[in-house]
Amino acid sequence: MSTTNTEEGSLTKKDFVTENDVRWCPGCGDYAILNAVQRTLPELGVPKEKFVVVSGIGCSSRFPYYMNTYGFHTIHGRAPTVATGVKSANPDLSVWMVTGDGDGLSIGGNHLMHLLRRNLDINVLLFNNRIYGLTKGQYSPTSEVGKKTKSTPVGSLDYPINPLLFALGSEATFIARTSDTDQKHMVETFKAAQAHKGTSFIEIFQNCVIFNNNAFDTVTGREVRSEQALMLEEGKPLRFGEDKGIRLNGFDPEIVELKDGDDESDLLVHHSKTNNPAYASILAQMAYPAFPTPFGILRQIEGRETYEDALHSQIKASQAKGEGNLQELLTGKNSWVVE
Amino acid sequence: MTQATDSFEEIESAVVRFAGDSGDGMQTIGERFTDSSAFAGNDIATLPDFPAEIRAPAGTIAGVSGYQLQFGSRSILTPGDEPDALVAMNPAALKSNVSDLPEGGMLVVNVDSFKKMNLKKAGYESNPLEDEEFRKKYQLIELDLTTLTKEALSASPLKPSDKARCKNFFALGFMCYVYGRPLDPTLKFFDQKWGKRLPEVAEANSTALKAGHNLGDTMESARNRYQLAKAVVSPGVYRKISGNEALVYGLVAGAQSANRELLYSGYPITPASPVLEGLSALKRFGIKTVQAEDEIAAMGVAIGASFAGDLSVVATSGPGMCLKSEFIGLASITELPVIICNVQRGGPSTGLPTKTEQSDLLQSLFSRHGDCPLPVIAAHSPSDCFECSIEACRIALTYCTPVIYLSDLYVANGAEPWLVPNAADLPAIEAKFADPDEEYISYKRNPETLARTQAIPGQPGLEHRIGGLEKSEDGGVNYDPENHEQMTHLRAEKVERIADTIPPTQLHGEADGDLLVIGWGGTYGAITSATQAMQAEGFSISSLHLRHLNPLPKDLGEIIKRFKKVIVPELNLGQLSLILRAKYLIDAIPLTKVQGKPFKVSELRDSFHKELS
Repeated sequence: MSTTNTEEGSLTKKDFVTENDVRWCPGCGDYAILNAVQRTLPELGVPKEKFVVVSGIGCSSRFPYYMNTYGFHTIHGRAPTVATGVKSANPDLSVWMVTGDGDGLSIGGNHLMHLLRRNLDINVLLFNNRIYGLTKGQYSPTSEVGKKTKSTPVGSLDYPINPLLFALGSEATFIARTSDTDQKHMVETFKAAQAHKGTSFIEIFQNCVIFNNNAFDTVTGREVRSEQALMLEEGKPLRFGEDKGIRLNGFDPEIVELKDGDDESDLLVHHSKTNNPAYASILAQMAYPAFPTPFGILRQIEGRETYEDALHSQIKASQAKGEGNLQELLTGKNSWVVE
Repeated sequence: MTQATDSFEEIESAVVRFAGDSGDGMQTIGERFTDSSAFAGNDIATLPDFPAEIRAPAGTIAGVSGYQLQFGSRSILTPGDEPDALVAMNPAALKSNVSDLPEGGMLVVNVDSFKKMNLKKAGYESNPLEDEEFRKKYQLIELDLTTLTKEALSASPLKPSDKARCKNFFALGFMCYVYGRPLDPTLKFFDQKWGKRLPEVAEANSTALKAGHNLGDTMESARNRYQLAKAVVSPGVYRKISGNEALVYGLVAGAQSANRELLYSGYPITPASPVLEGLSALKRFGIKTVQAEDEIAAMGVAIGASFAGDLSVVATSGPGMCLKSEFIGLASITELPVIICNVQRGGPSTGLPTKTEQSDLLQSLFSRHGDCPLPVIAAHSPSDCFECSIEACRIALTYCTPVIYLSDLYVANGAEPWLVPNAADLPAIEAKFADPDEEYISYKRNPETLARTQAIPGQPGLEHRIGGLEKSEDGGVNYDPENHEQMTHLRAEKVERIADTIPPTQLHGEADGDLLVIGWGGTYGAITSATQAMQAEGFSISSLHLRHLNPLPKDLGEIIKRFKKVIVPELNLGQLSLILRAKYLIDAIPLTKVQGKPFKVSELRDSFHKELS
């Protein structure tokens, strides 16, 4: 039995660390994400026993074993379904789902889509390393075309899926991207996800040191990120580098160089709460090298009822008219008596 | 056996079959005739038989829908081998059903539909009603049902095509006259269904029903009229119940008995959809229902809800069971209670989606990878689904395990009278969660049942992780060879120990003899009827019906030894017989049928005779 004090505000990162040895490869990006999550949870004002971490299969999905919370390491691709069951049964729990690009977008794409459209209040962390790691290096649904791996020795054939566009098309109410290289940004993003009522989808660029090393260096590398990444800030113009910004030309974004004295006013201003998905769609499709790759909250739509609230309010509304009586149910309306 | 009184002939039982186009409302009048018979105090058993297509081309053989029932003053265990009376609404219905009608049987036809086009669609080269030999073979009653119905409804505001649609109730009214069935239950049904919403429809159907009944009264050819005494049954409150209804009620009762919240998740599939629909209508009981995106998801949602402390249930049919297999393995290794209902239909693959079969027994026993035995139980009749589903709740919660509950399309869609149980008398199911004030070891076992104790999220101090990787007793991931072997044995032994709580097996007949018939599931009525009939003829034959298919009852091996021969009738290619052969090293004789239809009593008797001669 644990003697941890679970009072709100008294938790620390240590409360969320398990005794298990963490068994990811040395240098794996997963360590940084684990650290960020363990730093975030104590600050959410949620008692420790209310956290449930649910995962599928893959390197990222070992996550629950390293979190000293309730946890469920399920089967490949199906974490959204188990998380849905947990949250539907007990909406009072804070459910965090951990998945990867293969688990979430290949074998589990269908379930992820339905989780997002149902809008359960669950935080989804999708670790995107663009490779299958646990099975030792086959290409994934987010790998670039032509990816040479052991299963595609002369290059992969299929066009990759964009996780953010997938989430947008699945009617997700919160869509964000962060990176394993940026602790501060991860913690901020996770906190925003928890504050959002509804499914929060976060793509995390995560480096696989063994099978796809440096996959995101062009946008997350220390020397290049100010020029090649676009950090989204609510209500601020889309600016990057020293003097560049994004504006709209028709339906197409374009890069503008601001010279001394230029007006920022024709730059796009970041409004993540816009209902129209067109803006989020433009952001989701921007990627280096044509554009800087955006990080932050692309979209957060408030006011759509969560699945679990709707589920329980239907029950409450029905019970308000009179709770069920088992004997009446068994007897039915058309019974007869034999003397 | 029969005895003539004035205009009535007193009979013990009768079998009536209604057959028509799938849009003709045959299921509806079959159910109404069943309700009337239940109200008349008869015992009943029903067999709805409909095509997989919602509306196959009108007038074709593929579109014929049928409903057969047997009712009587004696105990009725099956819907009957062959009809005493057949109602055929069109040539296709006649063509596909008349071969089952014995010579001299009553044949009611809607002559209005015997037109050139319909005859051709049914594959008749000439009108059989014009064939003298055919006419002599049956007790033929020709009714121009469409015309008569329209005439009866001349004052109705409905348009002509809607008037014609009431002809099924005209036919029902006529048959109610022939068999002395009361009209009141059907009139009440009209009022409940349409009275408020569409009063003119309720009125028209009532008029058609009564007109059909009156026609019987005035028509010379309906001079054969039958009367049945009430069945002798225990006093009490009765209702009609179908297997899927009984399953729904059993789950509600089981959850209440265990004091657990019920969460059901399902994906629409024939013939299990009524379970999803039935529970979705019971929100007043606090029941959560989730229509999942697919069969796999339905199982995942149930497992998640179980982890969170709900009593969780899924229901599906064979194809859905295939999809759930991986998740069922997860429920087994994580030792979470989940009730998995399989309402079997003809397989493999899409197979015969609207026909019955018992061919998923081996799938239930073995479909997971790894050594993964699970408890499997099967319901033997519509009302038995109630007791079986409560038993599934008991096993799942007592042993902290997934349970497979089997019924089949025949049991699920069939209906029979049911002595309504007293809700207060249902036994409590004891299943406690871990106590937050005690140390929690996630795979520590109850020494008697070997069940682990669940600790549910939200309880401070009981945080723990479960998952598909092998664990040691303390809940840690463990790949040690000895640990895996020990845990595999423990999971199997836990399931075996359920046998300690199975009541002694009931034998129908002498405790020893020449032939023992062993059955399971929906074949109960036919096996019992055939066995009883042969016992009355003096044969040394007994039967037993298994509810628990894994683990098998402890006394089964000893019972088997007392008989010279064992025969196992099944609607598959011999699945239980394979198990009995393997487990008891006996020469169990498989008696198999895979036509999408239940056994006829006569088929079983013929086979039993062969074994005894």
